[in-house]
Amino acid sequence: MRDFSYLRAGSVEAARQAAALPGTMILAGGTTLIDLAKCGVAEPDSLVDITHLKGLDKIEVSARGATIGALAKMGHVADHADIKRHFPAVSEALWQAASAQIRNMATIGGNLMQRTRCPYFRDPANFPACNKREPGSGCSAIGGVTRGHAVLGTSDACIAMYPGDLATALIAFDAIVHLGERQVSVDDFFLLPGATPDKEHAIEPGEMITAIEIPDSAAARRSTYLKIRDRQSYEFAAASAAVGIEFEADGRTIRDLRVALGGVATKPWRARAVEEALKGKVLEPDAVRAASLLAVEGAVDNGANHYKIELAPRVVARAILKMGETA
Amino acid sequence: MTLELSLNQQPAHLRQGSSIGQPLTRRDGFLKVTGAARYAADNHPPGMLYAVLAVSSIARGRVALLDVEAAKAHAGVVEVMTPENRPPLATDPDAKNNPFMFRLDLLQNDHIRYPNQTIAVVIAETLEAATEGAALLSPRYEAQPARVGLDGAESFVPGGVGIGSPAVHHKGDVEAGLKSAATRIEATYETPAQYHNAMEPHAIVAAWDGDSLSIDTPSQGLAMAQGRIAGLFGIAPENIHIRSPFLGGGFGSKGMISGPQVLGILAARLVGRPVKLVLRREQMYGPVGHRAPTRQTLRMGMDSEGRLTAIGHHARTASSTFDDFFEPAADASHTLYASPAIATSHEAVRLDTGTPLFMRAPGEATGSIALESAIDEAAAACGMDPLEFRQRNYAEVEPMTGKPFSSKALRECYTQASERFGWQRRPLQPRQMPDKDGFLTGWGIGTATFPAIMFQAEARAVLRADGSGLMETGAQDMGQGAWTAFAQIAADGLGLDIDQVDFRAGSSDLPNAGIAGGSGHTATAGMAIHNAGAAVITRLADLATRHEASPLFGAGNEGVLARGGRLYRRDDESRSESYGEILARAGLAEIDGRGTGTPDSASREAYAMHAHGAVFAEVKVDPDFGQIRVTRLVGAFAAGRVINPRLVRSQYYGGMIWGVSFALHEEAVTDRRSGRIQNANLAEYHIPVNADVPSVAALLVHEDDPYVNALGIKGVGEIGITGTAGAVANAVWHATGVRPRRFPIRIEDLLG
Ligand SMILES: Cc1cc2nc3c(=O)[nH]c(=O)nc-3n(C[C@H](O)[C@H](O)[C@H](O)COP(=O)(O)OP(=O)(O)OC[C@H]3O[C@@H](n4cnc5c(N)ncnc54)[C@H](O)[C@@H]3O)c2cc1C
Ligand code: SF4
Repeated sequence: MRDFSYLRAGSVEAARQAAALPGTMILAGGTTLIDLAKCGVAEPDSLVDITHLKGLDKIEVSARGATIGALAKMGHVADHADIKRHFPAVSEALWQAASAQIRNMATIGGNLMQRTRCPYFRDPANFPACNKREPGSGCSAIGGVTRGHAVLGTSDACIAMYPGDLATALIAFDAIVHLGERQVSVDDFFLLPGATPDKEHAIEPGEMITAIEIPDSAAARRSTYLKIRDRQSYEFAAASAAVGIEFEADGRTIRDLRVALGGVATKPWRARAVEEALKGKVLEPDAVRAASLLAVEGAVDNGANHYKIELAPRVVARAILKMGETA
Repeated sequence: MTLELSLNQQPAHLRQGSSIGQPLTRRDGFLKVTGAARYAADNHPPGMLYAVLAVSSIARGRVALLDVEAAKAHAGVVEVMTPENRPPLATDPDAKNNPFMFRLDLLQNDHIRYPNQTIAVVIAETLEAATEGAALLSPRYEAQPARVGLDGAESFVPGGVGIGSPAVHHKGDVEAGLKSAATRIEATYETPAQYHNAMEPHAIVAAWDGDSLSIDTPSQGLAMAQGRIAGLFGIAPENIHIRSPFLGGGFGSKGMISGPQVLGILAARLVGRPVKLVLRREQMYGPVGHRAPTRQTLRMGMDSEGRLTAIGHHARTASSTFDDFFEPAADASHTLYASPAIATSHEAVRLDTGTPLFMRAPGEATGSIALESAIDEAAAACGMDPLEFRQRNYAEVEPMTGKPFSSKALRECYTQASERFGWQRRPLQPRQMPDKDGFLTGWGIGTATFPAIMFQAEARAVLRADGSGLMETGAQDMGQGAWTAFAQIAADGLGLDIDQVDFRAGSSDLPNAGIAGGSGHTATAGMAIHNAGAAVITRLADLATRHEASPLFGAGNEGVLARGGRLYRRDDESRSESYGEILARAGLAEIDGRGTGTPDSASREAYAMHAHGAVFAEVKVDPDFGQIRVTRLVGAFAAGRVINPRLVRSQYYGGMIWGVSFALHEEAVTDRRSGRIQNANLAEYHIPVNADVPSVAALLVHEDDPYVNALGIKGVGEIGITGTAGAVANAVWHATGVRPRRFPIRIEDLLG
């Protein structure tokens, strides 16, 4: 058996100090970490259990926005009345994620940190080559089974898709990750693979996510999360879109638009080109469809995932049009 | 085994008269919902060790190096079993002397013939130590390229498909029939490799005592497992006791004892202590069978009235490189639609996979989705409603053999299901039913059929002086409800209330109940129970009618009825006597009788025997996204006598949901370079979740069959998957106008 030590942190400070030690990992709901330990990807020497820390599960919503503690459960956030009212896309992203059982266990901090479903990444015993696991070892996925892999933000080193739904909604609304003293925008928190796919987050040893802050915006209040997949539930996105919209007083001209893509990119993907193309314009189906194609500009497929390039703009267009209708 | 429950935990079953036909709830339900039901892996005999398999990364080649020392040095590891020290076997695991005997990988050498083949077994004091020990073996291989996919090797015509069916069949002249046809279609369909994925992994707890072996393991065929193990170890079958009271699903993968289960027994022998071995989910993708992929080409000709003039059905499939099981997909065209000319044929390739095996209607399901799709294409080509087309080509006799059916209420199935579904409102052309939310709605039909198979079974019945009864047969409950349905048949056969019957099953020391497979278990073991009941009642009647003191004296065997624990004179029901009185007078504590269940060869020679059904499906497809949702399923099935409508309905529901799974979800995805399956887990190997099957209805259509067996039972376990898969595919066409030719149907197939 592989021994590891287990520490139940008494304070955020203690947790951070412990997590600064090499080989130490934070344990929250465990729905990602235990899985990865079982398949041999995570091999912690010690675990710091943060689930008993007090006060980190708060969900606070005010006129300025929402602050969600890192230990808030996915299920609680999804069901939270004020989150539903102020950030419908966030609630919808969460309740379409994973399964009810997992949502009851899993935390918001852990959710952001969930790792790719690339089957090669998750199978070190049989596929030693994976740049994300072992920098420089190569990429087993390229040339293999790639239906679920990314088409945006890929590099020669890694094409793994970031599978989370929540972060896609967060990035659309300029959410901020609180790492104790330091704060980083969600966009900056997630890193492109480039030549260093092993480095996924702008988080340093000894840091931990304490909360997520989502600024209030009219676009967030009028938002949705549309997730497309083969199965009705319990499946990651084939493509998804988080969209929020704010109209001018005329109710037709787009003042603010937020578009983010999930299921297609190596990190939560903000589609600013789509936003810019439509801001200031009257919402009109053909224009929306044309602009949505910009979402996949520069996309590169690996065969079986080509359909994502077709699908993603359609998902974006539908989500924008749906938000337009509810005027 | 006796079910470990007292009857007062059971809800009272209110009924009058016969137990057969009553919708009793599962007698084992209480144990299951409270977690008290003991499955194989729940057993922990004293001194037990844990065994973990080390399995091959590569698909083909040999093991060059294993670091056995590193594994053995790990704390808690007791032993590492490799080809070097694996205890000897009496039979070569590669020997094969009957079609139900499959070659096993039992560390007989260092060759690797598929990914996840066992290369060593690590035995340790804890599961964790054994798991780490297996990782420490760090195998090195000499690998050869994997042969993958239906085009991965040269094809050949197998000697037989399924169990001994010829690979090629024909009647009439298909080419002539196609030539003379007014309308023709030809289409090729592909189905993927699928894995059984029973909820409960294959597990075994094995303990040796000298040359006696005690085993807890899930098995769909206890006597066959016992015989196979006896042969491998060279010990008498009676020295092997297997308990299998519950299976967490089998679907065919627990029909034959698998290699890993035998390795658990070998491990126990090697260390001289009881051993538990449980497969990890991903280890179930290889050594315990699967459904092979197929590529099927259907050719059909129709005359100007839409009557079939020819059906040609060719299937290409795959087996392993070292054993034979060929999915008999094309045989689906033998039994369903009337045609003067039918030709079916198979070819196969050999791939570096584990050997495929029986899985959820083997051949019937794969063949059905292709046949039902092609029939739909044919109907469309003739401009006919697909239900009307099927009725026009209704087979009054079995098409391939010309035999009459023992019974066939398929017309009633079509009528009842189509009425319930509302089929008459269906527009002929596709893409005609957009709904208010912008989804394309489509309606499809599929005909379901499955043969009424019987095997061999035995049962023993006992009547006791206290008026109670006992029925014993080594039947297997995979979740289908055998504990309940057989007890109902037993109660009827013994003329007792069900609560008076002690029913024992699930253990190899009971009479051989045959295999729980081929949808034939209820018919086969049910007939053994029925006949055992009749035998003991005959003995009881003898005691009574021959004794002057009995009110039944002189009635003769034919002249009494058994009911409610009493024998009655048939011609005068005021004269009766209880079982207890009869036995007490004879000074007997108990009497017994034995019965067998076997197919009647004369009636099987004379009649074709099949269950039938009609399934209607509604799907909604998002026109932009190609996202498919099944919104409604209605099936009507005629399968002879219904022993328990509640259980039968749930078998149909389950089968129909597997049909949705076949059409839309299940697929093992292989990395073509390594030959490894890349979605060997339940997060990525998809089956429907609850949200995928919002509305399922199963109608039970009355059918009396005097020929299948005395009870009139056909089988209900597998028929639901047939018909349904095709109905879903046809509904997708009706919704979108796109004809699915590759399964499962995915978003990208409809993006257009
Ligand atoms: C079968 C399955 C299906 C799923 N489907 C979906 C889906 O459809 N959509 C979706 O979005 N997600 C899905 N998920 C992922 C799921 O949402 C995540 O597993 C979950 O959110 C992780 O949260 P946790 O609290 O369990 O994290 P843990 O497993 O405890 O931790 C995950 C990682 O985050 C780190 N970590 C945890 N908390 C912190 C913190 N506060 N600061 C810094 N690091 C931290 C841990 O060290 C670990 O590396 C699925 C998961 C499974 C197993
Ligand atoms: S895609 Fe990325 S995660 Fe997957 S094998 Fe390649 S490097 Fe590893």
